[in-house]
Amino acid sequence: MSRLKNQNYKGYGLSKGKEREQRASIRFKTTLMNTLMDVLRRRPGWVEVKDEGEWDFYWCDVSWLRENFDHTYMDEHVRISHFRNHYELTRKNYMVKNLKRFRKQLEREAGKLEAAKCDFFPKTFEMPCEYHLFVEEFRKNPGITWIMKPVARSQGKGIFLFRKLKDIMDWRKDSRCSDDQKEEIPVENYVAQRYIENPYLIGGRKFDLRVYVLVMSYIPLRAWLYRDGFARFSNTRFTLSSIDDQYVHLTNVAVQKTSPDYHPKKGCKWMLQRFRQYLASKHGPEAVESLFSDMDNIFIKSLQSVQKVIISDKHCFELYGYDILIDQDLKPWLLEVNASPSLTASSQEDYELKTCLLEDTLHIVDMEASNSLRADSYCS
Amino acid sequence: MWQEESDLSLSIAQIVQKLKGSNLYAQLERQAWASLQRTDIKLESLKEDIKRFFKTSGWEKKLQNAVYSELSVFPLPINPAVPPEHLKEPLVYMRKAQGSWEKRILKSLNSMCTELSIPLARKRPIGEQKELLNKWNEMGTDEPDLSHFRPVYAPKDFLEVLINLRNPNYENGDSLGFRTHLGLIQVPLKVKDIPELKELFVELGLTTGQLGIDDSTQVPPELFENEHVRIGQKVLVEQDSAAAQQYVRQGSPTALRAELWALILNISSQPEDILYYEQLKTNVIQHDLLVDSLIYKDVKLTASNDDYYFVFEDYLYQVLLCFSRDTSVLSHFAYNSASPPRSYIRGKLGIEEYAVFYPPNGVIPFHGFSMYVAPLCFLYNEPSKLYQIFREMYVRFFFRLHSISSHPSGIVSLCLLFETLLQTYLPQLFYHLREIGAQPLRISFKWMVRAFSGYLATDQLLLLWDRILGYNSLEILAVLAAAVFAFRAVNLMEVTSLAAAEAVLADLSTLKVMPLLQIFLFATVT
Repeated sequence: MSRLKNQNYKGYGLSKGKEREQRASIRFKTTLMNTLMDVLRRRPGWVEVKDEGEWDFYWCDVSWLRENFDHTYMDEHVRISHFRNHYELTRKNYMVKNLKRFRKQLEREAGKLEAAKCDFFPKTFEMPCEYHLFVEEFRKNPGITWIMKPVARSQGKGIFLFRKLKDIMDWRKDSRCSDDQKEEIPVENYVAQRYIENPYLIGGRKFDLRVYVLVMSYIPLRAWLYRDGFARFSNTRFTLSSIDDQYVHLTNVAVQKTSPDYHPKKGCKWMLQRFRQYLASKHGPEAVESLFSDMDNIFIKSLQSVQKVIISDKHCFELYGYDILIDQDLKPWLLEVNASPSLTASSQEDYELKTCLLEDTLHIVDMEASNSLRADSYCS
Repeated sequence: MWQEESDLSLSIAQIVQKLKGSNLYAQLERQAWASLQRTDIKLESLKEDIKRFFKTSGWEKKLQNAVYSELSVFPLPINPAVPPEHLKEPLVYMRKAQGSWEKRILKSLNSMCTELSIPLARKRPIGEQKELLNKWNEMGTDEPDLSHFRPVYAPKDFLEVLINLRNPNYENGDSLGFRTHLGLIQVPLKVKDIPELKELFVELGLTTGQLGIDDSTQVPPELFENEHVRIGQKVLVEQDSAAAQQYVRQGSPTALRAELWALILNISSQPEDILYYEQLKTNVIQHDLLVDSLIYKDVKLTASNDDYYFVFEDYLYQVLLCFSRDTSVLSHFAYNSASPPRSYIRGKLGIEEYAVFYPPNGVIPFHGFSMYVAPLCFLYNEPSKLYQIFREMYVRFFFRLHSISSHPSGIVSLCLLFETLLQTYLPQLFYHLREIGAQPLRISFKWMVRAFSGYLATDQLLLLWDRILGYNSLEILAVLAAAVFAFRAVNLMEVTSLAAAEAVLADLSTLKVMPLLQIFLFATVT
């Protein structure tokens, strides 16, 4: 429960001489109204500020960041929940670019074997600028399925599968590359990615894994992996015969929620523990261990690939949601990284997972430590 | 001595009789003939040589497993003087009660049939057959209109019948005598007390390693887990049913469980078994049964809504629809107090030659039936194997949970065992709950009828079912139910209504089964 504000604060402590009071509360701000709000309000010593009030901790959304980060002064102890240019990791076209570059670098420095560890990303081409490269690859592999994803949208919007070039003619005409401008462009930026046609199925259904990684800083790289996560199932049995059926192929909960089969009570999710047990009973514990260590490799390599590119501001931290797909050979593939993973709970179990996740995140961010340091500095 | 010998020879004769018709017998015969080609088989010592051959080639083991399997299912010898009804159920009043319960169920089914004007069975038109065949792997996507169908009965209806069971030969005298049953079950069956249970479940004791306790992360695996896994692998290599059954009393490692259970139940997927399953599938495609809609409805209401089992929805249809057409299940009615319902071809009511069993396997599903299958989907995903395992589990164990009998693993005994344990070892709690109108059995009945499926977390449930297989008895369900009450005793003492008591016990998904059982049996001061 939030404590009522009954102490006076005069700014961040800029006027050092005047204030001798020990500040006992941490002021937080957020626009999200879900599990995050519950967790923040419950935290002892944390107090909400609204509107234009000054804050020590802001769980912001990416649009605010884009508009305000560059001209907001933040004291040393202040923390904000995104990195300025997180899109290097989270926008599909940038991530691919960074990963490809990192892979080349690894190959130069450490050889082919080491570079092969970066092969957790299905072949991807940026559209429209890499259209011709894509066509070459397309012709080399006739008959396989490709998936088109918009670069910057989420929740499964705008994604479709195709096997014929004519389905993507729109991206052919305009072959200039488009950067992250804000103005309207005639054709939206997409990536074309090789579709994984042999996903691991449970109960005949396709699923993907959502895993959470918290990055406290990029230089040095300090990242935390949350032990829990979940598997999201599609509602219908997997088949390659109907690539138009979004509900079969896309596992985002947002898409599944609109499926005619969707029953809200189900939630279509399995917690990671349950998934591990299921795999262990089918393939043995060693196979499961090896799968999870391959996944660790994905997290590490992907973060390393953007380490030098992301502006590592000490005020920033970020909680990423990684989407991983497992294929029938138990190889994990990285689908994408989300900078703002959904914190809305779809069930009681989900609620518990997300609140614990956020509580642990806040423990690591440890506002309390910097708060007491500041408080000490006032009392002499 | 004389009696024992004659018992033994009678048993042997009866087992041989049973096995003669089996696939194994034919295989052994073939093997024996084929072995004549071998150079180490001599005419002079033919019998010995063939016996030796069987031993070394593993066929003796298979025979051993088959014999063991027969003995587990039904204790032998069967005295030839015993009439067949007594094999089903020795007590007359129980037989009568089961008979009238069955009449009620059948009446309910028939009236639903007439109300909805749907035939009990009909042949599917070719177009529909084709459609179903195409959709076989995703019947879950079908959304037939099931709103008019009701489950034939729910566990609580069955409980009411059990509550009203009375032994006409047992006169209690004064209603509040020393031996009065304060619980709901009022029949005088013999149930075990804790000292006897401790003897039965000796491997669950405090000094014996258990999976579910001694494999937790704080315990170094060298102490128990590694060795246990090694032994399990050895058991599988030896392919010994009896050893496997003994082994799983301490729990089965996750990776070995599927094979161990198949070994204990003596299931091996032979081509004939797969063919048999395919045949059942063809039956499903060709004919539609009213019971199918009941199955659909049950799956949609229970398993599909479960957070963990919804994934296996399609498998459940594939198993249950085939199950209801499997006439080989009829053979278990020899030792089940229930009898398969009979129906008559239209227009020939009462004429014996036109009587058929309905459904073909004689088992009418009730609300929650599909939950017997759901946990098995975790272990087996090949449909015919999953089917075989489920069928065997049903004819060995699950049928006892919904038929009225005096068997120690029958639901009546389990209920009585539960109530007696609670009354004897937690009298204050029992009395308190009774006073507030919250008879404990009203809450725990549904757990036991479903063998806790859907109430416990899956990994815990599988550890529990390990022990059911290991001890070849369902009594552990009653012990666990009592242990759960003991665990929540403090909270339960504070409630003042049945609804509040239900609320305290509504969520069992966080419970760890083995510690509860161990504490209740071995660590409580009695």
